[in-house]
Amino acid sequence: MFKGNFIDNLPKIYGTYTGGFLVFCLLMALLEANGVSAKTIGILFLVFTIAIYALIGILSRTMQADAYYVAGRQVPTVFNGMATAADWMSGASFVAMAGGIFYGGYTYMAFLVGWTGGYVLVSSLLAPYLRKFGCYTVPDFIGTRYGGNFVRACAVLVLVLASFTYVTAQINATGTIASRFLGIPFELGVWVGLISILLCSMLGGMRAVTWTQVAQYIVLIIAYLLPIFWLSNKFGFGFFPQFMLGDEVARLGELEQQYGLVKNSAAAVKSAGVPGGLKSISVSHSGVAEGGMAAWKFISLAICMMVGTASLPHILMRYFTTPSVKSARRSVAWSLFFIFLLYFSAPALATLAKISILDPNLATGIIGKSIADVQSIGWVKEWIAVKQAYIADFNGDGILQLNEWFMRGDVIVLATPEMGGLPYVISGLVAAGGMAAAMSTADGLILAISNALSHDVYYKIVDPKADVAKRLIVARILLVVTGAFGAYIASMRLTGILGSVAWAFDFAMSGLFFPLVLGVWWKRATRQGAIAGMLLGLGAGTAYLIYVAPAFMGQPPILGIDHLRFGLIGAPVCLISMVVVSLMTPEPDAKTQAMVDEVRIPSGRTVL
Amino acid sequence: MANKAEAHWNKTRSLMFLTLAIWFFFSIVIFMFGSSLNNASFLGYPLAYYMCAQGSLGAFVILIFWSSGRQNKIDEEHGYGEDD
Repeated sequence: MFKGNFIDNLPKIYGTYTGGFLVFCLLMALLEANGVSAKTIGILFLVFTIAIYALIGILSRTMQADAYYVAGRQVPTVFNGMATAADWMSGASFVAMAGGIFYGGYTYMAFLVGWTGGYVLVSSLLAPYLRKFGCYTVPDFIGTRYGGNFVRACAVLVLVLASFTYVTAQINATGTIASRFLGIPFELGVWVGLISILLCSMLGGMRAVTWTQVAQYIVLIIAYLLPIFWLSNKFGFGFFPQFMLGDEVARLGELEQQYGLVKNSAAAVKSAGVPGGLKSISVSHSGVAEGGMAAWKFISLAICMMVGTASLPHILMRYFTTPSVKSARRSVAWSLFFIFLLYFSAPALATLAKISILDPNLATGIIGKSIADVQSIGWVKEWIAVKQAYIADFNGDGILQLNEWFMRGDVIVLATPEMGGLPYVISGLVAAGGMAAAMSTADGLILAISNALSHDVYYKIVDPKADVAKRLIVARILLVVTGAFGAYIASMRLTGILGSVAWAFDFAMSGLFFPLVLGVWWKRATRQGAIAGMLLGLGAGTAYLIYVAPAFMGQPPILGIDHLRFGLIGAPVCLISMVVVSLMTPEPDAKTQAMVDEVRIPSGRTVL
Repeated sequence: MANKAEAHWNKTRSLMFLTLAIWFFFSIVIFMFGSSLNNASFLGYPLAYYMCAQGSLGAFVILIFWSSGRQNKIDEEHGYGEDD
């Protein structure tokens, strides 16, 4: 069936895989129609998809350094785009984003702009040059461009801090999904999630992660788009909802007027016994607040996410795997295209979920109905039972008002198929998609951390004479240790303290953005400058975070720069100290300058 | 050799600045005027809502495809083209 080499057959292989997955979904639908329980279907979805990823991971095993670190530099442009999209879209994008829009409306959507706009920076400032450089890891570039082990170690420090903040949230997400759909305790679910993650990456490193990420992208995008199209067509809102929900957005505005947007007082919420983390709708869906401060909050968040995107090592290292500089550049465009498919659907999903419970003219509407009736609806009962939803009859009239309906933002995506009255098989599919999103990101992050530790710390600093076999064994041990440490932290449920995923972007932006960009674009940048930039930038950002974060000192933010935006303090400090120190120190030697010239020319052999 | 590389880098740098100017417009400038833009509408959506839901996102996708195509042309013109 598949003649010739693996790379040439990729479209056929993944075409067959996609077809097989759709057949599997149909089979599950048949089972459901024949009375198989929802729980069994959920378990089958998770087990089947994880088994496939593990199989790909095992088939991709390797003992070559090039294959382990950069997938042999032969990943075709479009497939690398898909893998990057899966690498990028985490549990946060898949599970939390539509819920964030559901509650935050326009204000929250700064994340959408930020998490896509950053790719323009990646493609024009960094990806093609790092590919030409031919490094294995991001600190590898910093260490070689600026020269020296200390500067390399600084880059590893920033990488580990940023990636580790991010990875615990992902392992946490796999644990949540595994525990809910497999019916096991969360603490155990975390370890099940971790084993699944390691099965994908341990034997084959970057090569295995690449091919599982492509498979995971296909599952997650089907799982995200199918319910949206189905719901929109079911309600007759339009066959292509992303472009056709203008009337529904306007209708939501009317309904908000009609019901009134009431912000419940914290005391009222507490005395009504609402479980922690649940919210009611109190912010306009499409309305934009007046005034400079509101605009600044939107823009500042978008800037942090964009600049952070361009400094996150697990994303940058995906572009080391393409066959040429040209394909690295083109691959960034494909990555963003595949990400766009999900991101431009998230607002549509939020709109559909919102209108299906808000609009009293729809059969699924719950607001304005009697509370007794609402409480007898199947999905309402189930989510209330697991404390993810709540009804508080503040005015005691027995009718559900908009401000009396509480739900956790993170469950909106998982619950939408049921809210809209779709069969359970769709919920199982969505669970598999959420799992794929969290696993693929976790794999990329754990690999980024353990590769930096094994290549930059162990091989380059500790034992430069180690042979390939020994290096790759060390790499795998570090991979397992990193993952286990992440799962241990996640199982302690410290995520509230470790903070949000946004912190990872701010850490990366504070310490890495300018050393990377100036390394290519400014020949005069020196080692001392880079060290000063990384340490002072990271230090200033972290100090401000401790000053402002509610979990630490909780001081009032200066100029609206809160704990989600501390990169706006770190990155300028990094830039200024890097430029000042570089100008105070002698310019880099002729060899380094020639190396920078070489990086800027796309054709020819890699620099390293 | 040096002149050829320098000419190539000058063109590359100009393209970078142009790309980032367009990026700056779609990611930052339009959202400075969010509340007034929202009075206009596009495809039935309020305009600022539309831009952050998909307008700017789509613009970024097109922008990267366009600028990578331009960069390839620049590389080829200066004899630095690559085979696929």
